[in-house]
Order: sequence, then C-alpha cells, then structure tokens
Amino acid sequence: MSKRSKTFAPVVATANDLATGTVVFRTPDGRWSADLATAEIATTPAEADALRLRADADVAADRVVDLALVPVVRDGAFVRPTALRELIRASGPTITLPTDAPRIGRAARPTP
Amino acid sequence: MYRYDEFDRAFVHERVAEFRDQVGRRLSGELTEDQFKPLRLMNGVYLQLHAYMLRIAIPYGTLSSRQLRQLAAIARDHDRGYGHFTTRQNLQFNWIALKDVPDILEKLAAVEMHAIQTSGNCIRNVTADHFAGAAADEIADPRPYAEILRQWSSLHPEFTFLPRKFKIAVTGSPHDRAAIQTHDIGLQLTRDATGALGFVVYVGGGQGRTPMVARKIRDFLPERDLLAYCTAILRVYNLEGRRDNKYKARIKILVHESGEAAFREAVEAEFAALRDEALDLPTPERDRIATYFAPPPFAALPERSVVFERAIAADPDFARFASRNAHPHKVPGYAIVTVSLKPVGGPPGDATATQMEAVADIAAHYAFDEIRVSHEQNLVLPHVRRDDLPAVFAALRQAGLATPNAGLVTDIISCPGLDYCALATARSIPVAERISERFADLDRQHEIGDIKIKISGCINACGHHHVGHIGILGLERKGEEFYQITLGGSGDETCTIGEIVGPGFSSRRIVDAVETVIDTYLALRTSPRENFLAAYRRLGEAPFREALYAAAE
Ligand code: HEM
Ligand code: SF4
Repeated sequence: MSKRSKTFAPVVATANDLATGTVVFRTPDGRWSADLATAEIATTPAEADALRLRADADVAADRVVDLALVPVVRDGAFVRPTALRELIRASGPTITLPTDAPRIGRAARPTP
Repeated sequence: MYRYDEFDRAFVHERVAEFRDQVGRRLSGELTEDQFKPLRLMNGVYLQLHAYMLRIAIPYGTLSSRQLRQLAAIARDHDRGYGHFTTRQNLQFNWIALKDVPDILEKLAAVEMHAIQTSGNCIRNVTADHFAGAAADEIADPRPYAEILRQWSSLHPEFTFLPRKFKIAVTGSPHDRAAIQTHDIGLQLTRDATGALGFVVYVGGGQGRTPMVARKIRDFLPERDLLAYCTAILRVYNLEGRRDNKYKARIKILVHESGEAAFREAVEAEFAALRDEALDLPTPERDRIATYFAPPPFAALPERSVVFERAIAADPDFARFASRNAHPHKVPGYAIVTVSLKPVGGPPGDATATQMEAVADIAAHYAFDEIRVSHEQNLVLPHVRRDDLPAVFAALRQAGLATPNAGLVTDIISCPGLDYCALATARSIPVAERISERFADLDRQHEIGDIKIKISGCINACGHHHVGHIGILGLERKGEEFYQITLGGSGDETCTIGEIVGPGFSSRRIVDAVETVIDTYLALRTSPRENFLAAYRRLGEAPFREALYAAAE
C-alpha cells in the first residue's frame, strides 16, 4: 500500500460506513462521502501519514470500519483507484444487477 | 416440512433480541469492531466489498411459498430487489445495512428461518439432495436425517469452536446430486442385505486450496447410530485437528495426515465408547421428525399424460424445456421441474423479488407449496403433475424463468467473485455471463449436451471449480485478472478433482479457451451419447491441452 519508495503513489482513505456498510472516502473537511471525487488525496508520504491518523480517529470514534489507504491515479479530469478491487468498490459491480424496476443509482453506471 | 416447536421458536426469537441489543451497542460505540465482529458473524453478517452481506440458511434447501415470499419482501425492502442463491443452499443478500439486520432477522424468524451458523468454525447449514422426497432413484428421503443433524448440531456446545468450519451433506439416492464427497462428512442412504436403512459414510472431502475427495470410512452405518457416529467423528476432529494453521485445520487434512486407516480406527474407538451413552436415535424420534417430511397427498395418476404429450408435439419450445428441465419423479404422473436461474448473459443464481414471488405462486398452485434450492444455484419444484407441466412452463416463461438449460453449458455455477467478495482475486460472474452469451444458441447447447462449468473467483473454491467438468479459477497477476482451467472434475458419485491443463488465460481469452475445449470434445466424442466427462475420461487431457496451447507454442 503506502510503502515508502521513490514511486509514492497518491492515496485516498476509504472505509465502510458503520451503520450502512456503504463504501465511503474521507473528504478534506473530515466527512466520509460515497463519492470518490470528493476525497482528500494525499500526494506525499507525510500527507498519507497525516490522513491515516485522522482516518484512524474516525474508526476509533465508530464512524467507519475496515479502513484502508488505497492508491489512486488521475485519469483526465477523474481520479480512480489503481487496483481493480478498489475500482469495483468505488463504482459498484461491473455487471448489470438483476432488477425488476428501471435501474437507478450506482448500479446503473456504465461498467469501467 | 419441518415446523419449529416451542423451543425452536423461543430460541430464534431470543437470538434476534440478543442481536438487536448487540447491534444497538455497536452503533452507539459501546462495542468495538473487534468485539462485535465475531457476534455479527455468528448471525450470518459479513462485511463485503460494497456493504454488509447477510447469509441466510435454507436447511437442506427446502422452502415453502410463504418463506420464499418473505425472502422476496426482504429483498425489496432491505436490499436492491434481488438475492443470490449459493452452492451451499443458502441465500445471500448483498446490500444490507447493519442497522436493518435485526428487523430482517425478525422477519425471517416469523417464517421459521434464521442466519445462525452460516459462518464461523461450527457445523454449517446441512445440505441435501435438492430432489429429496421426489427423485425416482431415491432409496429414502434424506431430509429427516438432515433435520436431525441440524437439530443436533445447532448450538452444540462441544462443537461450536471447532478447528475450522464443518460441512455435512446427505443424499438418499445412489446418483449423488448433493456433492457429498466434497464435504467434511458425506452421508449416503443405503440398505443392507436385510433391507435395513443406514448410511455409507464419507469423511474428509473438501475444496478450497487443498481439494480432496472424501474417504469412505463406513460401508454401512445403521441409521440409529447416526448421531453417535457423527459425534465420534467430530470428537476425533475436535481433539486432533490442527489449530496451528488455518489452511491445515479442516478435517480433510487430519484424515490425510493421519491416514485413512488410523483415522477410521480412532473414530470407531470413540464410537464404541459412545454407544453406551444413549446417543442413539430412537425410532419414535426418527419417526416423529419423518412425519414432517411425509409425502404430499399425491393423486393416483396414470404414468402417461396426454396433455403433456400433446404439448410436446405442438410446442417445440416446451419440448425443449421438458427435455432438460423436467426430471423423473418417483410417483407416476408427476415430474420434478428445475427452475433455471441461469438466463443467458445474467448472473448465475440471482433471482429478483418478483421472480421469487412468481415461483412461490407457481409452487402454491402447482407443486404442493414446496420449493427447493439446488447447490447448482437453481430452484426446483419437486412435485408437479405432468398434466400441469405446460401451464408451469408458461408461468415460468412469464417470469423470465423458463430457460431450458438445466445441466447444459450455460447452466454455470459461479461464486460472487470480485464483483462482491472481499476475498476475491478476480471476477467470476462476468466470465459466466460471457460464456453463456457465447453459447446462447439453444440448438448448439442441446447438441453439446451434459456439461458442468464451475467458476470461482479465488482459491477458496466457493464456485466448486475443482469439481467442474470444466473448472475456471480466477486469479490475479501483476494487477491483471487471469483464469486457470481445470478439466475432468466431477462432484457426483464418481467424484474427481479436475486437472490443471496448463497456463492460465487472460480475461479476454478465457471464453475462447472454453470454446476450444468444447469444440475439441465435439470433434472427438464417439457419439452424442458420450458426454463431455465420459469423453474426457477416455481421452485424457492431452488432446485438450494440445488444442488450447498448440497455437501458442
Ligand atoms: C462472503 C463471501 C464468502 C466468503 C468470505 C467465503 C469464504 C470461504 C472460504 C475462506 C473458504 C475456504 C474454506 C477452506 O478451504 O477451509 C470457502 C469455501 C467454500 N465456500 Fe465460501 N465464501 C463466501 C461466499 C460463498 C458463496 C457465495 C458460496 C456459494 C456460492 C460459498 C460456498 C463455499 C463452498 C462450497 C466452499 C468449498 C467447500 C469447502 O471446502 O468448504 N461461499 N468460502
Ligand atoms: S471463491 Fe473466493 S471469490 Fe468466490 S466467493 Fe469464495 S471467497 Fe469469494
């Protein structure tokens, strides 16, 4: 993950909301948002450490669970996680979800 | 079917109340995640990629219409309108909020269901042949024994903290549809020379990273000794099973490391000691439980159904459906119907709330209110009059559930994989969907005939890939998904672990590779009567390997 090396990759803090399980990202103003675009991006190892400390405090305060710092890359105007697993966490399953009604919400997004 | 008695009911309700309190204390911060996690797992609540996942036990895969309707209601009210039927005859909801779980468990309790022992190192949901009580080749209904095992193993104080999880499967037929030889204990009902009922006992099967076919440790166990013998097996395992290494903790490793003979001896010694402890299964108790599984009031019908035969002649779609999805029943004039949850291009095993309700209605109307969940991730209507098959077909078609592909190349088992599962190394559902799209043509599917493709998204093998005729294992290398193919596996009475044919394939190439394997089979089979597995067993892997890798070499 945020291994110390010359090729430090920018990271965001992600977790699941305690009460709902929703995938969330920590924002610069200390909220946890389902929208990766609003996440605070740590671009240096020092920033990553500081982000980790703040996020840890939120875990300790029982706001979120299963915290991780995950590398992200800039993709044009967008930011996306480097790893497929995190991409799927951020944007939902890559398949069309079975449904009776017209599709809504995250599931309706185009597959990456 | 089995009905909760006062004890069961009180107990399940107590557990719901207890968990409601625990969830409340977690949400208020009184309990830490470390304290809470084991508690939620004991109630079937996992944290997956996108949300909490709730795993609900469907004991021996038997459901009533009322229960299935309640599952549909939960899907609609608390999930995203669908659920996933798994290879362990469980139902998983993928989008559950923790704060809703106590209410959901309450709703389940109202229809005599729960999620207890669907996780953890205990005896898990006991599975059984999904054709139980209906199959033409059945010696006896396995469900009374599965129910007896369920009651015995529920919250068994001695077996709540085993070295690792423990899975038991029971079949009542010589043709094994419950994959008993891939379970920690597999039981097959049989009769001895005097006609008395008993079990062939298999121990130490399993999949995961060290797949093993179970060993037969008893040719005949009288039925009254069922609990004593299972207790003996579990005692030996509980004492001698490894607790130092999670990957070596299953009973299969113990059987393997101590050797079949020594293991059998240890079990028999324990059993001999136990026999005096009055752990036998008294006939009245067995009979009491069996009454819950008494056959429904079948009508006396002729073997042949004119309505059915006319429909076959008149409607080729129905004929195709009947040829694959209707199966011989033990009672004349009846059939078993497989309700395929494998639409072309759709996720295997998923059903929407509306579909669940449709099946519940059809079962209530045409099938004595009974539904089964198969380990092949389909639903089953066990008792349908042959006269009613055309109507059932029409009703299923309305609900998008009449795919005529039971046992064919598009009837694929797939675990949730990286689209949902926190442990996955690669996606599995999209691969299943693409394979079913490639082979969508029904004429081609029917020409290929019986074949089982099974896909797992990591080495845990929840998708049974080790015992797929064609098994596909999703792995990851340098951030890319790739897929390893195994051939020749089988989960039936000729249980075999498939062989890895060679290097894996990229996500882009895996469907072509499967097609190559199937084309090779079609070219080499002696006749359409020689199915894929038989041809593979005759030919070995060489021609398949050659076809798959010749181009690359
Ligand atoms: C929450 C998602 C899941 C998790 C965390 C999970 C975890 C695991 C693990 C760790 C194993 C390996 C056990 C071992 O080798 O000792 C395993 C095996 C297995 N799981 Fe799952 N699983 C999940 C979902 C499923 C689903 C959806 C199914 C059914 C489709 C399933 C059915 C099985 C089966 C049949 C096995 C292999 C049999 C055995 O040897 O135990 N699991 N699972
Ligand atoms: S096989 Fe692996 S990826 Fe698939 S459900 Fe099991 S643990 Fe998850």
